[in-house]
Amino acid sequence: MENDKILEVKDLSVSFNTYAGEVKAVRGVSFELNRGETLAFVGESGCGKTVTAKSILRLLKPPFAVIKEGSQITCDGKDVLALNKKELCEFRGDEVSMIFQDPMTSLNPTMTVGKQIMESLRIHRHLNKKEAREEAIKMLKMVNIPSPEKRIDNYPHEMSGGMRQRVMIAMALACSPKILIADEPTTALDVTIQAQIMDLMRELKEKMNTAIILVTHDLGVVANFADRIQVMYAGQVMERGTAREIFYEAKHPYTWALLSSAPKLAKEAKQELYALKGTPPDLILPLNCCPFASRCEYCMPICKEKNPLETTITDTHRVSCWLQHPKAPKVKSFYDREAK
Amino acid sequence: MSEEKKVTSATEWEDIPAEKFQIIGTDDFSGDIIARPKVGYWADAWRRFKENKIALIALIILIVLLFMVIFGPAISGYNFEQMDTSAINQLPSSEHWFGTDSLGRDLFARVWQAGRVSLAIGIVGAVVASVVGSIYGGIASYFGGIVDDIMMRIVEVLLSIPYLIIVILISVVTDSKSIGTMMLALTLTGWCGIARLVRGQMLQLKSQEYVLAANALGVSPFKTIMRHMIPNTIGIIIVAITFDIPGYIFSEAFLSYIGLGVQPPDTSWGALASAAQQNFMFYPYQLFFPSLMIALTMLSFTLLGDGLRDALDPKLRK
Amino acid sequence: MDQVIEKLQNADNILEVTDLCKFFKAGRKQVLKAVDHVNISIKRGETLGLVGESGCGKTTCGRTMIKLYEPTSGKVVFDGKDISTLKGNDLLDFKKNVQIIFQDPYASLDPRMTIGEIISEGMDVHFHMSEKEKADKVADLLGKVGLSAEYANRFAHELSGGQRQRVGIARALAVEPKFIVCDEPISALDVSIQAQVVNLLIKLQREFGLTYLFISHDLSMVKHISDRVGVMYLGSLVELASNYDLYDKPLHPYTQALISAIPMADPDVEASRERIKLEGEVPSPINPPPGCKFRSRCKYAMDICAKEKPELKEVEPNHFVACHLCNKK
Repeated sequence: MENDKILEVKDLSVSFNTYAGEVKAVRGVSFELNRGETLAFVGESGCGKTVTAKSILRLLKPPFAVIKEGSQITCDGKDVLALNKKELCEFRGDEVSMIFQDPMTSLNPTMTVGKQIMESLRIHRHLNKKEAREEAIKMLKMVNIPSPEKRIDNYPHEMSGGMRQRVMIAMALACSPKILIADEPTTALDVTIQAQIMDLMRELKEKMNTAIILVTHDLGVVANFADRIQVMYAGQVMERGTAREIFYEAKHPYTWALLSSAPKLAKEAKQELYALKGTPPDLILPLNCCPFASRCEYCMPICKEKNPLETTITDTHRVSCWLQHPKAPKVKSFYDREAK
Repeated sequence: MSEEKKVTSATEWEDIPAEKFQIIGTDDFSGDIIARPKVGYWADAWRRFKENKIALIALIILIVLLFMVIFGPAISGYNFEQMDTSAINQLPSSEHWFGTDSLGRDLFARVWQAGRVSLAIGIVGAVVASVVGSIYGGIASYFGGIVDDIMMRIVEVLLSIPYLIIVILISVVTDSKSIGTMMLALTLTGWCGIARLVRGQMLQLKSQEYVLAANALGVSPFKTIMRHMIPNTIGIIIVAITFDIPGYIFSEAFLSYIGLGVQPPDTSWGALASAAQQNFMFYPYQLFFPSLMIALTMLSFTLLGDGLRDALDPKLRK
Repeated sequence: MDQVIEKLQNADNILEVTDLCKFFKAGRKQVLKAVDHVNISIKRGETLGLVGESGCGKTTCGRTMIKLYEPTSGKVVFDGKDISTLKGNDLLDFKKNVQIIFQDPYASLDPRMTIGEIISEGMDVHFHMSEKEKADKVADLLGKVGLSAEYANRFAHELSGGQRQRVGIARALAVEPKFIVCDEPISALDVSIQAQVVNLLIKLQREFGLTYLFISHDLSMVKHISDRVGVMYLGSLVELASNYDLYDKPLHPYTQALISAIPMADPDVEASRERIKLEGEVPSPINPPPGCKFRSRCKYAMDICAKEKPELKEVEPNHFVACHLCNKK
């Protein structure tokens, strides 16, 4: 598993051109993904996690959104940013596919779900109609849809939200891609359905050995699912590490804040939750310092002057924070997971 | 890019003085500040409208037309009714810019005078129809249920009567062919379209959470309509008016052309075109100028309406 | 903690709901039973949480309680008065006393009004104030919800989601209500902003002695903010108990499954705990079958569940459950 890189992203910067000026949504994000591994992007809305995920598939529409020069995306030896239209088509689906938050808007309402799955099977795997249908039924069965022989002729609106998300997963996995990007796959679903979908994804991951990028704002969803986590804020990666490192040995004040602001079931009711003050910075403004500085309890003068370097703590654990500087005071995490 | 790079090199990293590492805590957030400038609804709409160059040109054309319609007759130096038997059917010249008609009247003066009538009918007709239609549609949607059902069936019946029949009937019944009669005839069923539009929009607004909130606050129905429903419908009403004006102008032109509209000595673009049509073969310019005005006005209003629709739709906001 | 519960037990009911039903027509001869014979009472000063999956009728229930919807049948008594008979000044008074905070911070503020106008809307109805007094009060309310007074002449679209939600809270507070229905007030917000809003709600409750009905699908947040929690399934209340009882020893199989499905931000806990898996999905609320509505997904379903609808019964002190399993014991 080690060093078996399937995806490498270097210095990815993405900007949106709006009437008010250039919004720098992603600011120099680098990461890599190994075969069969699950990497989670965690962060609040507007932190650039979805934009990062979409740029891997080049799903952003120019001229409104621009991937800046100097960005590099390499997938399995291929330079993704240099692909032409035809190659890109093959790349999407064959190598990387994506599922979205709202399954209703990403399924075509005028086609049966079977047709939609078959379509991609026929394009990417060159199956004939009969084979594709059989394969589609197999896929639906794999995602635990009851009586798939009947369900295959249903239209999306005849299915419930959880069922549609299963269809989306079946479609995404139809061509056994090497990487599956799941953008908030369970956010629109109820808790019990959410648990079902996460179980399904876990099962499929083991079965198909697909690498997964999970984009989510919910740390709870990630806890038992991701191998590695990267916490994003204002278009930058603040901290990255294995799930255990992030949940138990987090070093960045923003990660502490994220962990502490969710209520704990074990905690006494009506106590004050830890709440970050203020709101994330407007990405239209230039940021020459640590983007979290203004909301950080441990902000130091240096934080407002320069963006920190990424400090390596272990092989997998890296933090962008001035607190890691040898001259900085030692502070302890205020996140106490055993809090009673 | 450069100013945002993760600035420090290894040596620089070491060299930062220790006093830079004192915890100063969070900024003062007792009142969040907003980074972006304040943008009101109309200012925002204007910004988006300006981006649509075609609509902007249409707006400029309309302003020029309006200016000429108001001041044109005075500029020409002729009275639109004044006949000059020594100068009939003259070609456009420095004397008579658009030429003269078969009675020797200056066409330049007449075209703008006619424009007053045409534009007035268009604008007044569309505004009256919109006001009536909005009130009607508003009432129907507010009360809903059986009231709504009955009111909307009436609209459907009215819409199914061809307006030519209504115009003829009205001019027969009132025994007059004045501008007022024509306006009445045109608006009698003209409001129906807007009534439907407004009803649809209001029904949608009624289930909006801010209308529910007003209800929960105990705001009276009348006030809810005035403060929430109407301001949020005004955008689509403005667009509807803009799209309706050319319709009225054309209807007027059409009616005048077949002789049911404006009667001499009053004139309108339609009436001018009708008069010119008889000797079109010999004096085509007499037909050209009024037709050009009709076409230009209708096209401009339609393009303007397109631009306004894009600008006023809050869903397109970014 | 015991004191709190005791205090609440002695408190009188601010709102009593008896056999409340709200049905919607869904096409010909089809009835959508959004709220189906719900009995619930809310004590003065408490926070009652109402949880359930989407489509279970919790929002409709909240809105019917405060007369935003007319109930199909049943009775709602607020402060000793039956709200269906209220007229004129009594009705206005009722509307002043109950308020609602909505889920969608984007749809709940009129895009054409300034924040100041939005907040003072209710004051115009209920108080006679001069412009100056109104402006002062708006500034005061904005301060209470953590926004600067400068916001008063801004428009809603210039604010972030969390800031909008604060404006929604300020609008509700402006008329000095006693009871506020919080209809999923945090589900559209980011985690860190959720915490801000929840802290604010708790602070305001202490400051003004408010009573909340807190509707949400986020079970951990409901646990955090509520004194008692009710669980709804397909329009019916299936369990109602104090916060601690409900989460520590849920009795209804549905509640058990719900609680075990809450994702926990802790890999070790997640790996070690056992989930109760629920098969299938929530059936359609249109013409639901007779008997217990949960039986199609319940692994303990018995014959009686298909025949009789279980009544909500007090199984333990202050712990109400609607399940035949608990009746047997």
